[in-house]
Amino acid sequence: MSPKGIPEAVIAAVSGEEHPIAPFLRMDRMPHIWCSTCGIGTTVKALAAAFEKLGTDLDKVAIVSGIGCTGRVAGYVRLDSFHTTHGRPIPFATGLKLANPELDVIVFSGDGDLVAIGGNHFIHAARRNMDIKVVCVNNFIYGMTGGQVAPTTPLTALTSTTPYGNAEPPFNLCHLAAACGANYVARWTALHVRRLTKAFTEILVKPGFCFVEIITPCSTLYARKNRLGTGLDIMKYYHDNTVIEHGADPAEADIVFGGPIICGKFVERDRPTWLEYQDQHLTERLGEKYFRAKALQEACER
Amino acid sequence: MKFWRTPLDADKMKIPRGELHIIVERCKGCAFCVEYCPRGVLEMSDEFNSKGYHPPKAVEPENCVNCDLCEMICPEFAIYCLTVEEEAVPAEGGKGS
Repeated sequence: MSPKGIPEAVIAAVSGEEHPIAPFLRMDRMPHIWCSTCGIGTTVKALAAAFEKLGTDLDKVAIVSGIGCTGRVAGYVRLDSFHTTHGRPIPFATGLKLANPELDVIVFSGDGDLVAIGGNHFIHAARRNMDIKVVCVNNFIYGMTGGQVAPTTPLTALTSTTPYGNAEPPFNLCHLAAACGANYVARWTALHVRRLTKAFTEILVKPGFCFVEIITPCSTLYARKNRLGTGLDIMKYYHDNTVIEHGADPAEADIVFGGPIICGKFVERDRPTWLEYQDQHLTERLGEKYFRAKALQEACER
Repeated sequence: MKFWRTPLDADKMKIPRGELHIIVERCKGCAFCVEYCPRGVLEMSDEFNSKGYHPPKAVEPENCVNCDLCEMICPEFAIYCLTVEEEAVPAEGGKGS
């Protein structure tokens, strides 16, 4: 720390000696563990760019991650962050949000964590319309544990545990989130950095359960098993095969192995959040006895 | 940049310029920046960094327009652009200028 209490990373970034993302990350932990051509770093950069664009007070942001490659994000960001047990970032985030509703709580985790072991929490948070932002980095495989089949692995794709090709139909995450009642559902790839940044700026101001799925390359496992080439080849595949359809029906946006990837903002609606509904309902029933009644009244007067 | 005639707002418009910084030791040689730079500023170098990857090098740094795409797409936070003073649109053109 410098004498004025400004972190060294901020000074380095402002003076141009360090990457402009330095104030947002714990630079002493760089280089990160993600493989060459992995897209997770790009999504972290897009989130940092969204914060910068909105001018968010970073003291009012908390990032929660589970286990897995993407789970490392919580350890790398210089924010209040929480690296939770496997599959449980959404329950922890729900607790954080309800204990301190002023916080912007962002769940940043992978497909294996959020919709495999944590699938139950995911659907119920979406059903309740809990005011948390869920960012799911989907690389179609369990990366950190050696490339086992995941609930998002497309049909016929090869993994370490499906040597003859996957025969289980995968989840369509956007359809799942939309069907469970999420307020905002979008899908982008690691190539669409600008649109992804825009999606992040939108979810940070949108109340309710917001879900962004990001398709990223996993060159070490998914691409190697399936002979898809390097991470750059996968980025070129995204470039050539992505169809951007805002407002498309997420039910028809299935991901097929070797097929086009439908991207875009699929759902944007305004269901009341869990806290709004509870406040309204319990104020009607309990009146002054409701423990948040005083806080709500003060908020109205302001 | 060449125009077939001088743009009518050439006196108001300025071409942004960026100064490219590459953190060679942090690079893992994914080549995203080289592939997606819209101005063809970068190229993979033949040199190695200490991790054994080939980092990019700026072959035409004067072409950089500070679009930040390399900075956004780099998964390693190893490349960034800083704004330098903008320059006026050159008033060179063909007929009618």
